[in-house]
Amino acid sequence: MAGMARSPRIIASIVAVALIVGAAAFAVVWRPAIAAIERPSPASFDPAVIKRGRELAALGNCNSCHTRQGGQDFAGGLPVPTPFGVIYSSNITPDPETGIGQWSEAAFARAMMTGVDREGRHLYPTFPYDHFTNVTDEDDRALYAFLMTRPPVHAPARPNELMFPLDQRPVIAGWKLLFLRGETFRPDPAKSAEWNHGAYLVDGLAHCGSCHTPRNALGAERASAQFAGGEADNWRAYALNDRAHAPVSWNAESLYAYLRNGWHPDHGTARGPMAEVVSNLSTVSDRDVRAIAIYMADISGAPKPESDRGAVLAQVEPASAQADAAGAAIYAAACASCHESGRPLPYGGVNLALSTAVTSPDPRNLANTVLSGVAAVAGERSPIMPGFADSMTDAQVTSLLNYLRARFSKEQPWTGVEKTVADARRSQTALLQSSVGPRNAPADPSQRDQP
Amino acid sequence: MNAPVILDRRRVLQGGGALIVSFSLGRALAQEGSPAGAAPKRPGSLAVAPYLDSWLRIDADGRITAFTGKAELGQGFKTAFQQIAAEQLDVPFEAIHVVTADTQLTANEGYTAGSHSMQDSGTAILNAAAQVRELLIAQAAGRLGLAAENLRTENGAVIAPDGRRLTYGELVAADLLHVQAQPQSKLKDPASFKIMGHAVPRVDIPAKVTGGEAYVQDMRLSGMVHARVVRPPSYGAQLVECDSAAVERLPGVLKVVRDGNFLAVIANKEFQAIKAMNALAAAAKWKESQNLPKQDDLLNVLTGLPSQDSIIFERSDPSVSGQKTLEATYTRPYQSHGSIGPSCAVAHFVDDAMTVWTHTQGVYPDRQAIAEMLRMSPASVRLIHVEGSGCYGHNGADDVAADAALIARALPGRPVRVQWMREQEHAWEPFGPAMVTKLKASIDGGGRIADWNFAVWSNTHSMRPGNAGTLLAAQHMAQAFAVPPPKPLPLPEGGGDRNAIPLYTFANARVVHHFIAAMPLRISAMRGLGAYHNVFSIESFMDELAGLAGADPVEFRLRHLEDPRGRDVVEKAAQEFGWKQDRKPPPGRGYGFAFARYKNLAAYCAIASEVEVNSETGRARLLRAVAAVDSGQVVNPDGLTNQIEGAIMQSMSWTLYESVSFDDTRITSIDWQTYPILRFDAVPDRIDVHIINRPGQPFLGSGETGQGPAAASIANAIAHATGKRLRDLPLTRKRIKDAIDA
Amino acid sequence: MMTLKVNGQDNQIDADPDTPLLYVLRDDLKLNAAKFGCGLGQCGSCTVIVDGKAVLSCVTPLVLLKGKQVTTLEGLGTVSAPAPIQRAFMEEQAAQCGYCIAGMMMRAQALLLRNPKPTDAEIRAELQPNLCRCGTHMRILRAVHRAARLMDTADASANARSGQ
Repeated sequence: MAGMARSPRIIASIVAVALIVGAAAFAVVWRPAIAAIERPSPASFDPAVIKRGRELAALGNCNSCHTRQGGQDFAGGLPVPTPFGVIYSSNITPDPETGIGQWSEAAFARAMMTGVDREGRHLYPTFPYDHFTNVTDEDDRALYAFLMTRPPVHAPARPNELMFPLDQRPVIAGWKLLFLRGETFRPDPAKSAEWNHGAYLVDGLAHCGSCHTPRNALGAERASAQFAGGEADNWRAYALNDRAHAPVSWNAESLYAYLRNGWHPDHGTARGPMAEVVSNLSTVSDRDVRAIAIYMADISGAPKPESDRGAVLAQVEPASAQADAAGAAIYAAACASCHESGRPLPYGGVNLALSTAVTSPDPRNLANTVLSGVAAVAGERSPIMPGFADSMTDAQVTSLLNYLRARFSKEQPWTGVEKTVADARRSQTALLQSSVGPRNAPADPSQRDQP
Repeated sequence: MNAPVILDRRRVLQGGGALIVSFSLGRALAQEGSPAGAAPKRPGSLAVAPYLDSWLRIDADGRITAFTGKAELGQGFKTAFQQIAAEQLDVPFEAIHVVTADTQLTANEGYTAGSHSMQDSGTAILNAAAQVRELLIAQAAGRLGLAAENLRTENGAVIAPDGRRLTYGELVAADLLHVQAQPQSKLKDPASFKIMGHAVPRVDIPAKVTGGEAYVQDMRLSGMVHARVVRPPSYGAQLVECDSAAVERLPGVLKVVRDGNFLAVIANKEFQAIKAMNALAAAAKWKESQNLPKQDDLLNVLTGLPSQDSIIFERSDPSVSGQKTLEATYTRPYQSHGSIGPSCAVAHFVDDAMTVWTHTQGVYPDRQAIAEMLRMSPASVRLIHVEGSGCYGHNGADDVAADAALIARALPGRPVRVQWMREQEHAWEPFGPAMVTKLKASIDGGGRIADWNFAVWSNTHSMRPGNAGTLLAAQHMAQAFAVPPPKPLPLPEGGGDRNAIPLYTFANARVVHHFIAAMPLRISAMRGLGAYHNVFSIESFMDELAGLAGADPVEFRLRHLEDPRGRDVVEKAAQEFGWKQDRKPPPGRGYGFAFARYKNLAAYCAIASEVEVNSETGRARLLRAVAAVDSGQVVNPDGLTNQIEGAIMQSMSWTLYESVSFDDTRITSIDWQTYPILRFDAVPDRIDVHIINRPGQPFLGSGETGQGPAAASIANAIAHATGKRLRDLPLTRKRIKDAIDA
Repeated sequence: MMTLKVNGQDNQIDADPDTPLLYVLRDDLKLNAAKFGCGLGQCGSCTVIVDGKAVLSCVTPLVLLKGKQVTTLEGLGTVSAPAPIQRAFMEEQAAQCGYCIAGMMMRAQALLLRNPKPTDAEIRAELQPNLCRCGTHMRILRAVHRAARLMDTADASANARSGQ
């Protein structure tokens, strides 16, 4: 379960940690191995527990990191390029040799609680055990039951390609000493049961803060700035607290609909890493999603008076004289045909006055969306937006973004847009090159047995 | 337009030989009714158009033209017809030029539908060519003073034993071919075939891969203008208000056409027309009504509508009775043809005559309907078929042809090109009808099906033109034409009950057709008609019954199948697939099998497939399929293979993904976001098609034979992989996952 | 009026800057290959190559094309002198109705320009945006593989010639 880095900053912090605690005591570092077991028979698990485990795995978004593009579910191998090298996610199918087939439930629970694998090796903190300490034993048991009943896949972990000293796992122990609080979730008796269930999920298994909370210089989430906005896979993870930039304020109902369906008429469609999250949430129980929505709505505070849909749409003015003329022409020709078509969402393209991508403090998500578009989900009704990476230059995208900011928001113009666009184009290219094909891509037919 | 598409009559006459003169339009039209008399039936479409010169003409310079009233839709039969004519005439393949459906040039062969092209038109050309060859030999015998038996043909000439040769061009004379065909022809021995039965590259592909003019969409007539229609937002919507003044002032706009609820705009350039269409749509105010049924409850919607019920098959043997019984209900949603290119037509109204270039499947019936709509005589309306994007049945082709005609009449003298938009094609095309089947059967002690009950609920499967009321434009005009009452298509081919009667032999059997007249959604013919769902139901249920009997699915089918050609394709597909009893697939995979003979009288097809199901996501992927097909005498094996491959892929897409969506008022599946179809990530690793050739046997239509077996084969493989039987189409990821998790 | 370079030739185009390239190609330049399929960037029928990249011409307005080079299927070769990709599609008989094929070929051509030896998975991933309704996919895949081989052979023989 060598977690994969969602952010190069984490790696950077590990370097720093390495210097600080370079001489950490052996006792701090050393963890015993837990004895290997025979893989338990799938029939030995209670089907109801497995079913709950499936939902919990979806809530935890486990498949996003532990499944590579074109690979088999939970078999790991997702490469993440970082400035310090590449980290590969691990195989968490019950294959005895290459997965967690020999792990006992105790070994699994230890990994969740302390970030140590069965053999006693420290796991990279990008496997978010700083959140998983909150997960109850009961839920760990259900997750274990679910994972141990998946089809085992023989998929040896690819060694991480990290530079020294990051490839030395004892370094991680130092990081834990500083930042792993090992707390477990404590309900707030002043709040409702739903609120508390939501808090349990959000701060625990769903590990929302991993992306949505900013990190300090050493790569740990800043407790004082919880949900103030972070980053994931070169996307901005928007602030979810009372400093959120959504033009229309979120509430429990809209959050619920968004998390359940992947889109909301006042906010548009989830994309980037959030698209995977809502895709998973579409499979879990209603109760879980509603609880998350109730808790997060409370976190985001009371709606601002000027941010109801009518008020937001009313403030959009026709392009002003100062607006970027080239951007205006591009918008009219390339974007308006869908975004102003009047088609019902999620298929028409949101009115950009409602888009957080336009009001966000930085234009990265907008740049990503314009460049990459939204790809079709195979065989399912899903919004499609063509990407413009191959038809627009950086200068053209920059013009467009400047225009959208001026036309559809009241915020100050962005600075450094052209650089953001260039970075987005580069990171998008890296992302595309690292994937070997679409999800569920075919196996090599020559490897197939005849019946 | 270039020659391959429209044979300009004057051009033909200029370069023509004696025979051309003999072909008069009057005579061709005189053939439209079926010929009187009780003569023995002529083969194929010679029965309706018996004159040989309706099918073949030979110029004095030896150029040969074959005519077909059928429309090339991408099936490749134009190439096959050229092979047939060349083979039987003993001329090189390149010597033949094929002209397709044109009300001024070709015979009335009705619709290009039901996998009839090879059977009807191919058979006509086959026999006509053989008989023309005989006539040419007889003519040469007369000229050379030799007995016909002593003459042979080769490379476009009749050759005497002494080496003297007379070319076909030299032999043709006035009216030589203007004779009625004989019921019997002296066909060549299949063993001597040089062109038929061989894989000949299709004649249309070079233009299609080099940007040549290949489709009606590519037509650019001199002075042509562009029009767009603004369709109502929903069925039955009434145009309440439309101030078009501002639209008329837009750049390039020539005219706004309004006739009742029919609204369109004409502009000089195409994108000007699109902008004007958007402006016009914004200006139009409609009154809509909530008439659509519940999309998620089609089972009750369909079975709750009044139906005309008929027992279409019954067999009884009281001595046989069953011991174990199974019942199952299968459903199919409305599905779209989903042509990649939205429908398009060009119309030109000049001197009170209307010409329409169209990708209709029936130039004559569509002409009838358009003439009625325009209140013109059919004689002054000409329809010329030009290829469009693949249609797979009755898509928007006829409707856009009517749109073009109505708009062109408002702008006489200018050719008008009308191109439907994506959402218009998706929302307004006549869908493949939803269907329900209920099956019940019992197994006797010996593991045989003792009794079989099959009931199907469905609309008609053809609302094709003939009547103006079938056309959207005619329905929307101020003086609207009413939709004609739907009729069930008669057996043995049938419509909703196509392939409802099993080809298997059961001691007791009863098949009931519940024909539903009411059509909550606009529907018509879609590839396979009822056969797609009926075969899916029968062949899924056969697997369920095999399970009940503890039998291998292939062996169980053979147990009930007497037809030897049917048995052959079943055995061939099983053998090529590597089918073995009690076979165990790798984890997550399943094997499936299915068989049908299309319409119980066209081509035979058996398909074995291997499917992988991802138990986490529910996503099913066809890994490989092996098909065996018997379509009688094969003309172009590669063309046939291409058709079967395509049928499997398309049916897979229908079966796994596709359903029309709608709310209580509007169709909501209006593009590829809302009506997803197969993309490349779902393409199998391989598809193998094995042809069982039957030299000398009649052609059996094969364009639709794969649809049903592919669906059931995949469904059976999914059931094999998951242990769960899915009976509601489409077998979506979500449905599979829900079944796995249940 | 704007100058647009298509298939190596400069054209003076008299169309509004918001006009999608597709209509300029079809209406102004009378080219057939790029097809209208959806106008929404969902099907790939209109795919052409702009500066070496596969681009959906139906959602690419003229305003984006200043100074760029557009290549359509017509610009690759002719029936008598087909480009490798065209030869490959003919040899594999990779069409039924053929309406989607020009777009498929242009996307494949762009892939082969940047990756002369793509794997099967790479070809499938590349063609994901393009729809075919007839079910010609198996042949299309074979044709792209064949085109890669033909291009390779053509390159090899060109190198051999230049080496002499």
